[in-house]
Amino acid sequence: MTSLRSTVTAGNSRRQFLKQTGFLVASFAAVSIEGVDAFMQQQTSPAGPYPDPDYLQLDSWIVIRPDNTATFFVGKTDLGQGTGTAFRQIMSDELDIAFDHTTCVMGSTDITVDQGGSGGSDALQTDGYPMRRVAAEARRVLLEMGAQHFGVPVTALAVSDGVISVKTGDAVGRSITYGALIGGKKFNVTLSGRNIDATTGKAPLKPVQAMKNVGKSPRRDDVPDKVNGKQRWAVDMKVPGMLHARNVRPPLVGASLKSIDESSVKNVPGLVKVVSHGNYVAVVCEREEQAIRAARQLAVEWTPPASAPFPSSENLFTFMRKATPSSSSEPVTSGDVNASLASAAKVVEAQYDVPFQGHTSFGPAHALADPSNGQLTIYSNDMKSYGMRNGVAQFLKIPREKVRVVWMQGPQAYGRTAAEDAGFEAAFLATELGRPVRMQWTRQEETAWDTKGPAYAVTMRGGLDDKGQLVALDYDARAADFNHVGYNEADSVLIAQLMGTRKTPVRGRASYPSDKYTVANRRMAGSVVALPLAFETPVRMGNLRDPDGPQVTFASESFIDELAAAAAVDPLAFRLGLLERGSGDDAGFKRARSIACVKAAAEKFAWDARPSPQRQVNGDIATGRGMAYAFRSETVVVEMIEVEVNRRTGRVWVKRITCAHDCGLVINPEALTHALEGGLLHAVSRALFEEARFDEAKMLTTDWVSSPTLTHADVPERIDIVQVNGDPNPQRPDLQHYGAGETICKPMLAAVANAIFDATGVRMRRVPFTSARVLASLRA
Amino acid sequence: MAAITLLVNGSRHTVDVEPSTPLLYILRNDLDLAGPRFGCGLGQCGACTVLIKGEAVRSCVRPVSQAANVEITTLEGLAKGGQLHPIQQAWIDEQVPACGFCQNGQILTAKALLDKNPHPTDADIRDGMKNTLCRCMTYYRLNAAVKLAARRMA
Repeated sequence: MTSLRSTVTAGNSRRQFLKQTGFLVASFAAVSIEGVDAFMQQQTSPAGPYPDPDYLQLDSWIVIRPDNTATFFVGKTDLGQGTGTAFRQIMSDELDIAFDHTTCVMGSTDITVDQGGSGGSDALQTDGYPMRRVAAEARRVLLEMGAQHFGVPVTALAVSDGVISVKTGDAVGRSITYGALIGGKKFNVTLSGRNIDATTGKAPLKPVQAMKNVGKSPRRDDVPDKVNGKQRWAVDMKVPGMLHARNVRPPLVGASLKSIDESSVKNVPGLVKVVSHGNYVAVVCEREEQAIRAARQLAVEWTPPASAPFPSSENLFTFMRKATPSSSSEPVTSGDVNASLASAAKVVEAQYDVPFQGHTSFGPAHALADPSNGQLTIYSNDMKSYGMRNGVAQFLKIPREKVRVVWMQGPQAYGRTAAEDAGFEAAFLATELGRPVRMQWTRQEETAWDTKGPAYAVTMRGGLDDKGQLVALDYDARAADFNHVGYNEADSVLIAQLMGTRKTPVRGRASYPSDKYTVANRRMAGSVVALPLAFETPVRMGNLRDPDGPQVTFASESFIDELAAAAAVDPLAFRLGLLERGSGDDAGFKRARSIACVKAAAEKFAWDARPSPQRQVNGDIATGRGMAYAFRSETVVVEMIEVEVNRRTGRVWVKRITCAHDCGLVINPEALTHALEGGLLHAVSRALFEEARFDEAKMLTTDWVSSPTLTHADVPERIDIVQVNGDPNPQRPDLQHYGAGETICKPMLAAVANAIFDATGVRMRRVPFTSARVLASLRA
Repeated sequence: MAAITLLVNGSRHTVDVEPSTPLLYILRNDLDLAGPRFGCGLGQCGACTVLIKGEAVRSCVRPVSQAANVEITTLEGLAKGGQLHPIQQAWIDEQVPACGFCQNGQILTAKALLDKNPHPTDADIRDGMKNTLCRCMTYYRLNAAVKLAARRMA
């Protein structure tokens, strides 16, 4: 085999490898996936059981073939940001093998170590380190083997691109490849580490300056098959004898099943079964179009709920502000906010509202479950395949060794999506029927019933002294985040709720702003409020791309802008003043890096320093600029944007975006830039368009017409990403790689509101800033 | 049920199915094509796009009976003689996809657009592409890739 550059399908390389060597079957007692293609072509489900790959064995992480190519086994999932390519970069660097001679297999529970799948934008921040360490250990072991081979000390050897050569002594000039040393054989090296994240060998990591592939931008290895039609996704998975299922949801939220008239679907060809359990109802048919028809046609009688499940989304914020909180967090305080506000020269107060927003995944939730051979294989795009394995085993009360989840590519998944619910439903139905079942949600189901990022109602108060300096800052948030749904929980997944399981609700949280401003008197307080219906509701809270950051930062960073305007100070200068006023820093130097990002963004954007608003109008179009800033974990983001507001139609166009981004060491600058561009626009979409709307009985947002999103018509003229390394010692050999992705979503809502204010003098305090809402504000 | 003949990517297939079945399910489930994908079933998002006589058509709302005996091209049929179509190459060169689920619709919509209008203005591209959604919001890359493809195809 020559270069593996174009080998993209995860399982392919594994299968080819198996064909070539045959040894791997022994190294993984339960080796099973031999490539998704192999399944589709020749087998339904290899015999289990499926014990966990042993994280303390080097062979679980890295395989080297006789042709001097390597495959890395990573227990993460790549949702289209290029993390798989990035893992190949850092691991090929530590291993000293050519990048083009590597592939990466990700996220299938029986062949990759449980690194949790994806979440928290921490693939490189957390999991990058064990992956580097195991690759470094493989290099160390191979050098020892080379030393033995040549009969020289390791210090006499050099290695480059998987070729070990002797640089001194009698054997000088001789060389051997990794593949010749180990290819087709096992390392049989035991690692150490108290848990998977701590996995390590004996080898030290390289200084980042010695990493050749890091900082370069090899193209993402998943892209070609996504444009040539060869990619096989979880939606494409088929096995012989597979059935098609559709759910039938209660038409009114909180309704309970009264009766099902199965004679209503008697004439549907291919109907296999109508399944109902509690309030969970599904139809299963031989063919997909039959299942669609059966689900539409099935006559189900529902008993409406005794009381409204929630207030209408129009009345949500009034409800949230009046409600008695179900819980409150301990406020974080410094100084005396109330006393300081009482003596301030100027006091500003404002309220900010962010509605529920859905994932609204582009591809409705789906999964295929295959119960062949007395085992259960689930093909899913869920980013937490390991969690699904454990959760489904619990839910169905079967040993987890009998369950495996094969992770495959899927549509947009930035958090706890309904892919999890579909996985459990497919598993349940497959077990009920004893045949493979493919579950596919409808668009209406996805938009209505996926999990939602919690709504926030925030009250801010601030005090300025007679010099316009900020002396008091008070943040008080209410989050509608009672019964926050976790990941792949057997007792909170939607099907479990509909079947009547009642887990003690997990109180979500009202998060606090993330900034490095120094304000002498500051208080941050938060409460959680509950909607009337906590279970079996489509307004169920789950993590959505920085779970609370956009909501919190909308309030905090809009308010900083309001304070700057009240002080008649340039909003950038106002923020820099608050950052530079402080002394000292945290371990990640976030204050210094925040200042560096603000300055880098201002330079690229060519920020015009002046107080807002500008109210620059040309015909119908008012133009303005705005900024906002936040960090998440260790990653710092500053966003500056230019907007055009059409004063006649209310339409807001984000014309230009500059983003300064510091996530420490950047592995693949181009892939990062592209991932950030998408994240920025997703946040613009949330600012301008997105809201899960409902009346007092049902969801009103159920498709792309009722639930609009940013489109190609709204694409900015220009996006500039400035990758900042604001570390005080930017050349240090252990420069950390932090997470990238979610942080980008935090500042945008405020940046857009601030830019609209600059353009028009009108302050938008309720998300989203739809044309109608902007127009109403302009006319108020 | 009825026997229906489909001409897809240069091959002839006869299927015996309910004539009102949307073309999408036949392409995916009977012809085993993975390019067109289910996104909404309502003709709103574009994930299911195929080309029928050069027009970008939403196969999720087109009954299979209305697609009989006409040339249908799916994403799989765009490359010729092992060479990617210039639009596909532009998508790779601009590294457009994130999750990639919508890109079938983006590429085929761009194909229909550029076939009709080889020198589109920015406004033409925005207008021509605006009904094909992307929730990873790759629009900025998409815009650049359409322009790159137009330049190369000119």
